[in-house]
Amino acid sequence: MLTIRRDLVDAMVAHARRDHPDEACGVLAGPEGTDRPERFIPMLNAARSPTFYEFDSADLLRLYREMDAADEVPVVIYHSHTATEAYPSRTDAKIAQEPFAHYVLISTRDQHEHELRSFRIVEGVVTEEPVEVVESYRFAHTGPDDVPEQ
Amino acid sequence: MAVTVSIPTILRTHTGGEKTVPAAGATVAEVIDDLEANHGGLKARLVKDGALHRFVNVYVNDEDVRFAGGLEAKVADGDNVTILPAVAGGAR
Repeated sequence: MLTIRRDLVDAMVAHARRDHPDEACGVLAGPEGTDRPERFIPMLNAARSPTFYEFDSADLLRLYREMDAADEVPVVIYHSHTATEAYPSRTDAKIAQEPFAHYVLISTRDQHEHELRSFRIVEGVVTEEPVEVVESYRFAHTGPDDVPEQ
Repeated sequence: MAVTVSIPTILRTHTGGEKTVPAAGATVAEVIDDLEANHGGLKARLVKDGALHRFVNVYVNDEDVRFAGGLEAKVADGDNVTILPAVAGGAR
């Protein structure tokens, strides 16, 4: 189950719409051990393609160093599919290498209604999970150290 | 050459959960061989057919070794070697 704040969902969807018809991609970082996405980090799709995405390698290094320094992990890794459903392709499943991340897919193929789904991808095996969108984590029981958002 | 290697989450099963491990070598290839000697199974996750896996990034300090000779990239005493899985995918 992915529990996620509505403003973060809105930010991902807006990014996906903005970059359409190219795929958009990014990360929601959160404190290690909480499974709680907090920080929206849109990334550049170095492939600039409607059918492929890849974080630029220098950006990737900077991102992981920044998260390490802040004791954060990539709680959510998101990308958009611009002409197909919000389901991981075989390529997505094969390349996915963050077994503890929620892989969020956003489809922008319909210009009015987006589709957003979340998956775990472990050793190439895709498992869909429910998504609970909340206004705030304060009452969402996402962890004993819940800090109300600023 | 003694270097420090940062291990990504997905490969920490090979290092007993350690985020960083020491290794030795004068090139990235030698560092990977040294890692393999102490943490069996790592090399197969990094190298395929004599080259780095397409979706594994290796950096010496701040430089992606793909732009510095790949497996033959030089490493110096005290360098930090960082291994990061690429974040990539696509609709096809």
